[in-house]
Amino acid sequence: MSKTLFEKIWDRHVVKTIDGGPSVFYIDRHFIHEVTSPQAFKGLQQRELPVFRPKRVVATADHNVPTINQHLPIKEELSRLQVEQLKKNCAAFGVELYGLGHPYQGIVHVIGPELGITQPGMTIVCGDSHTSTHGAFGTIAFGIGTSEVEMVLATQCLMQAKPKLMRINVEGNLNKGVYAKDIILYIISKISASGATGYAVEYAGSAIRNLSMEARMTICNMSIEMGARCGMIAPDDTTFNYIKGREFAPKADAWEKALADWKTLKSDADAVFDHELHIRAEDIEPMITYGTNPGMGTGITGHVPALNEIDERERPSFEKSLNYMGLQPGEQIKGKKVDYVFIGSCTNSRIEDLRMVASFVKGKKKADNVEVWVVPGSKQVEKQAMEEGIHQVFAEAGFMLRQPGCSACLGMNEDKIPAGKYCISTSNRNFEGRQGPGARTMLASPLMAAAAAITGKITDVRELI
Amino acid sequence: MGKSIDIVESTAVPITIENIDTDQIIPARFLKATTREGFGKNLFRDWRFENGDDQKPKKDFPLNNPVYSGKILIAGKNFGCGSSREHAAWAIKDYGFDVVVSSFFADIFKNNALNNFLLPVLVSEEFLQQLFNAVEKNPAVFIKVNLGEQFIEISDTGARASFDINSYKKACLLNGYDDIDYLISMKPEIEAYEHTHA
Repeated sequence: MSKTLFEKIWDRHVVKTIDGGPSVFYIDRHFIHEVTSPQAFKGLQQRELPVFRPKRVVATADHNVPTINQHLPIKEELSRLQVEQLKKNCAAFGVELYGLGHPYQGIVHVIGPELGITQPGMTIVCGDSHTSTHGAFGTIAFGIGTSEVEMVLATQCLMQAKPKLMRINVEGNLNKGVYAKDIILYIISKISASGATGYAVEYAGSAIRNLSMEARMTICNMSIEMGARCGMIAPDDTTFNYIKGREFAPKADAWEKALADWKTLKSDADAVFDHELHIRAEDIEPMITYGTNPGMGTGITGHVPALNEIDERERPSFEKSLNYMGLQPGEQIKGKKVDYVFIGSCTNSRIEDLRMVASFVKGKKKADNVEVWVVPGSKQVEKQAMEEGIHQVFAEAGFMLRQPGCSACLGMNEDKIPAGKYCISTSNRNFEGRQGPGARTMLASPLMAAAAAITGKITDVRELI
Repeated sequence: MGKSIDIVESTAVPITIENIDTDQIIPARFLKATTREGFGKNLFRDWRFENGDDQKPKKDFPLNNPVYSGKILIAGKNFGCGSSREHAAWAIKDYGFDVVVSSFFADIFKNNALNNFLLPVLVSEEFLQQLFNAVEKNPAVFIKVNLGEQFIEISDTGARASFDINSYKKACLLNGYDDIDYLISMKPEIEAYEHTHA
């Protein structure tokens, strides 16, 4: 019988199916970080259980860490305690930790792929909703809550109900100035922040196939922003070339064996999906969000919807959102002044993102009215940026290159956007208060963010390239 | 934990806003605890208080309106979207809610709620509107949620809707079982799986 990519991986990982219920589902790789794991370890201690398969677990500190002076003790007490607790738990339970100061430390969804830990056909979980990022390699990867973190630590399994399946086909050639981030913001703006809830999404089509691995990660990363259980892309030569030679990638005979298997991981030609969407790459322009969920976005030449474009029942929430953002219905977004630019997060903090921004910014200077933070996704990204001289380009432009972490994506550390200020951000969420209480976030691609940094206002990057 | 749920009969608190994300339910800066307790005081922190000051409640927010109280939270569609933080379910439960009713729940939130004996009750858009109207008209109206028989009822009008729940999860909630207990009992099968799938 023909199968989808999702079904092929799913079927391999079912330990047992309960009648009328979920399946006992085996997890190959479990990433943990300091914020959503302490209560899970505490649960193990209370039950007097060990970590069942410690070799399948990898830890890092990312959410809480400062992005300057990482060699000094963390100033904020609660953050410090949480990071220390992770260290203690990993030592006590035999879990590998790439903590602060380690050359592999970084945002959990950046380091898994760059170390070659993330491999096609795997099931991957983490107590973090952006675990969907790893689906770019043809994995089933999804975020879980802390009770589930405890389950996986205790048994390497979860109780999972099989989701419905959706395929989103993006065909054609991308326009100038349009990148992976614009594709995914466009899709979410079309189907809404809940449009894929209950579905596992496979991205397919020529526009997806032509993307680099890092760009594919940006797409899969934001699957959760339309509610999807996970997002995935069938592995191909781009995937295999990316993985080959990385620290934890299979080597020699193991590589050949793995490769033979990975090549079978794609949806069969006649596989059936519960829902299919078709998108023309040519229809996408550089995107910007204006509201307080990632579905509230528009092309840069568009405008905030007028009231009569919004369903009557949804108007109170729409108006609340615009009120928070300080925007008017029908207003044009291009030209709005910005105060902060944040280039970072598990969506857009990889070396390609930094390279793209650097090559655009080279020889330019940031506008006086903006503060610009560039936060690399990992120590390895930071090191690479230094080796390529990217740090100098940023320094000359007045962009501040900070140290790796989640940073202003969620403002758990000191990197917060002040109340009422506008931030164009390459992160994934424009929720109220996400970047700090009262902060106003506009999501966009790294290049759109860089363009705004130079002009000091929301700009159509196509006019500058 | 290990607390079971069967019938909840209570007044309710309505929050009609749609797409309530877990950053609103519990902002990230309050995720620094290493225990599961005490999150209720920061539930909806930035919607509840002026400038985050807990001495200055915002009067127009339903949790601060003295006419509303109870163990049932009724919320607009796509409740619990965004971050996977289980702290959102802990905060709602810790505040004193046993049931959340909406016309659409985000996936991860729903799982987190179920794992904490906080019952997510999914109703139609129309019934959700009936609930909002009933509570707005009479904040003292009782809402009855019966998990065993899978229905929710507005007591004064008798308007009733059934709701779905997977039979395994239902049994867990009714009997106070955790997934983790079940998974631990499955270890021999899990080890056998590992032998054949290594």
